[in-house]
Amino acid sequence: MLIEFIPVLVLFALATAIAVIALVLPAFLGPRRPSRAKIETYESGKLPYGDARYKVPIGYYKIALLFVIFDLEVIFFYPWAVVLRQLHVFGLIEMGIFTALLVVGYVYEWKKGGFEME
Amino acid sequence: MAIEQALQIFVFVILTLMTLGGGLAVVTSRNLFHAALSLILSLAGVVGYYVLLDAGFLAIVQLLIYIGAISILILFSIMLTRGLMTPRQVQRNEQWWIAALVVFLTFVVLIVALWQMVWPIADDEALRTPNVAISQLGEALVGPYAIPFEIISVLLLVALVGAIVLARETENNQGSHAEAGSSE
Repeated sequence: MLIEFIPVLVLFALATAIAVIALVLPAFLGPRRPSRAKIETYESGKLPYGDARYKVPIGYYKIALLFVIFDLEVIFFYPWAVVLRQLHVFGLIEMGIFTALLVVGYVYEWKKGGFEME
Repeated sequence: MAIEQALQIFVFVILTLMTLGGGLAVVTSRNLFHAALSLILSLAGVVGYYVLLDAGFLAIVQLLIYIGAISILILFSIMLTRGLMTPRQVQRNEQWWIAALVVFLTFVVLIVALWQMVWPIADDEALRTPNVAISQLGEALVGPYAIPFEIISVLLLVALVGAIVLARETENNQGSHAEAGSSE
């Protein structure tokens, strides 16, 4: 079974190698003559302004929490979906209850305007 | 077979370096954001352990929940908290020795427990093939573990509503602060 993960290992090695090559080699090979314009943060040619460490609105945290909860839900769907056909209606009803309970929370969030970002 | 075993040991060493190195960086880094990123490295090492143990589903769970979700939450809470983004954080407070004591005792208990533990290995070859293992997990979730399974969704619902209420309180506080600030 582990043999099946060899491609993952190869990908992992390649990703590490490319990262090391891209970051380490230029540091040794490239000439280093920094100027004010060169060491400035680069983002698509836009001039940087302000501080990057500004206070992020709490709304993002709420979205992240929602993501965690529904991420967990999806995890439980997976083993259930594999045996869906063998479980017949009973399995469907059970997952229905599971999902319905979470939908209650989802609707609550929706009604409270939790998805509105200002 | 010898090559596979050698490869396993090689991967194990790499994973151990990742996990322990990441963990060490978490506690030594003075930049909290870097510490959180190191935590991701450490958790990624644990994913590899699960793969080595033939627990493919657990590996995916670890990847999705811990790296995909929990780390995001930790990074967000660092970004949201005022002053935590500054690169130099104080690493200990006056309770550091209590924490050290608790950690040391936990370490001793873990070592003793691991030393005495007999590690069961699934004799059933079928259990080690991922398809069968996941099918059995799915059947168990709706069969003997149906009640715990449904309780999980109640737990998730509580977490969901709790998160909404907490975030709303914070929003209201922020709002009133902003009003107080503008009236001054």
